[in-house]
Amino acid sequence: MSEPTLVYHYDIDGDDFSSAGQASVSIKTNLRQLGLSPEIIRRVSIAMYEGEINMVIHAKGGTADVKIFEDYIEIILADKGPGIKDIDQAMQEGFSTASDLTRSLGFGAGMGLPNMKRYSDDMKIESVVGVGTTVTMRINIA
Amino acid sequence: MLLDVSKCTGCTTCLKHCPTEAIRIKDGHAVINDSRCIDCGECIRNCPHQAKKAVSSKLESMNRFKYKIALPAPTLYGQFENLDDIDYVLDGLLKIGFDDVFEVAKAAELVSAYTRLYLKTDGINKPIISSACPVIVRLIELRFPTLSSSIIHMLPPMEVAAGLAREKAKKEHPELKDEDIGVCFITPCPAKVSYVKNGFADYKSKVDEVVSVSDIYFKLINEMEYGSDIKNLCETGIIGLSWASSGGEATAIFSEKYLAADGIENVIRVLDQVETGNISQVDFIELNACPGGCVGGVLTMQNPFIAKARLRSLRKGLPVTRNSPEDSKSQYIPASYLFDKLPEYAPIARLSDNLAESMRMMADIGKLKDTLPGIDCGACGAPSCRAFAEDVVRGRANGASCRIKEGDGCDS
Repeated sequence: MSEPTLVYHYDIDGDDFSSAGQASVSIKTNLRQLGLSPEIIRRVSIAMYEGEINMVIHAKGGTADVKIFEDYIEIILADKGPGIKDIDQAMQEGFSTASDLTRSLGFGAGMGLPNMKRYSDDMKIESVVGVGTTVTMRINIA
Repeated sequence: MLLDVSKCTGCTTCLKHCPTEAIRIKDGHAVINDSRCIDCGECIRNCPHQAKKAVSSKLESMNRFKYKIALPAPTLYGQFENLDDIDYVLDGLLKIGFDDVFEVAKAAELVSAYTRLYLKTDGINKPIISSACPVIVRLIELRFPTLSSSIIHMLPPMEVAAGLAREKAKKEHPELKDEDIGVCFITPCPAKVSYVKNGFADYKSKVDEVVSVSDIYFKLINEMEYGSDIKNLCETGIIGLSWASSGGEATAIFSEKYLAADGIENVIRVLDQVETGNISQVDFIELNACPGGCVGGVLTMQNPFIAKARLRSLRKGLPVTRNSPEDSKSQYIPASYLFDKLPEYAPIARLSDNLAESMRMMADIGKLKDTLPGIDCGACGAPSCRAFAEDVVRGRANGASCRIKEGDGCDS
């Protein structure tokens, strides 16, 4: 595999709910400068946003790495959270383990992972209970 | 935006406040990049030396027309102390030389009625975004292209008012030709000036001249006679007046499913969230670039909070609305209220037409930025270290350099 042309790293702060979503806003600015189509930018920012929110809600934060290759973008979201027991179940629309508080803030509708899958061309989840979760998404740009 | 070079000290205040990074300091004064400027007025609002000016017409420019119509924005009514009747303002406009007055607030009530009708249409994508603030429409065009399909294709009240005012003039004075009639909008903001001058996608404005509230203010108060016996001229209700401040347009949809945000930075944050799909249970989004809504426009005389309080007392005792579509059972929005096409996406942020080249430039910007002090001091003339690095890589830095690094004896 060739080396990515650009790499962006973000630390997602799990203690600060109000800053959740900042990384996806930041990556959007960068992608606009690259001149990518509005639709690609939208897909990347939604996929990234959902992942960011998930890490804040479930895993007390984590890291997001966005690698831009000539023909695709790879987003790697890694956390040291509780892990996902049953990935198939977690992928179902509407399934959520979010707390009532989280739901009262308008999150935890159980659309996070399904949306990430929907807006990416390929998604891979590696998760070990008690160790953490890494989600790798790929969005083709050419 | 215009700059009075003799007043500009190159102080960097406007650099920091420009939401689209359209300003650079070059040769000791500010330079505005028109292709990035969205006419939000932040530089005018924040300039400590009053060096920034909006381009608007003088009242005398209306002299070329045989029949002159004034289109006062509802914000105008909030500018006068002790005013208890809007008729004094409208009468004053006639006295300073206008042949007729057509309130934009009247058109606003009609736009609200048709917006309510539109929201009931099956199959529309919600939330819809208001088209009334031209800064917002331009911001979306430049920065939020995926949201441009969410903008309601309804003409802003000013434009609707201009069309109705012309029709009325021709009906009352059949001898008038189109070119005899001049329509003058009295504006609280510079964005309406650009809108009228440049049109709107394929649409040409029916307004001829745009004069600022602050320009007309003193002429008007000299002619306004409180307590004098005047005709009933005002034909606006609560809704029309409420459009002057943030939330007025949104509450007129008669549903709690709305969001209203004002102030350009707040608006950008809201649009970022709308773009990621994180706003649910909202049908209608009202966005105003100016803090407080149109009363916060930079071409007004009065503090926006005071203007808002005055408008609140003026609307006391008025009916909710005094303007409804002629055919109240109509299920269709007349074509004269709609525009066809939205402005196309202008990718001004794009570094190069070629993706590989953009990526290489982006990497260079990142590398250069890492060598800069990161304090975003503005001394080089760019608003931030990142913007400076971008200017260098784009070849637009014009010999500017990092003053901090030079101070350390390093070359940049």
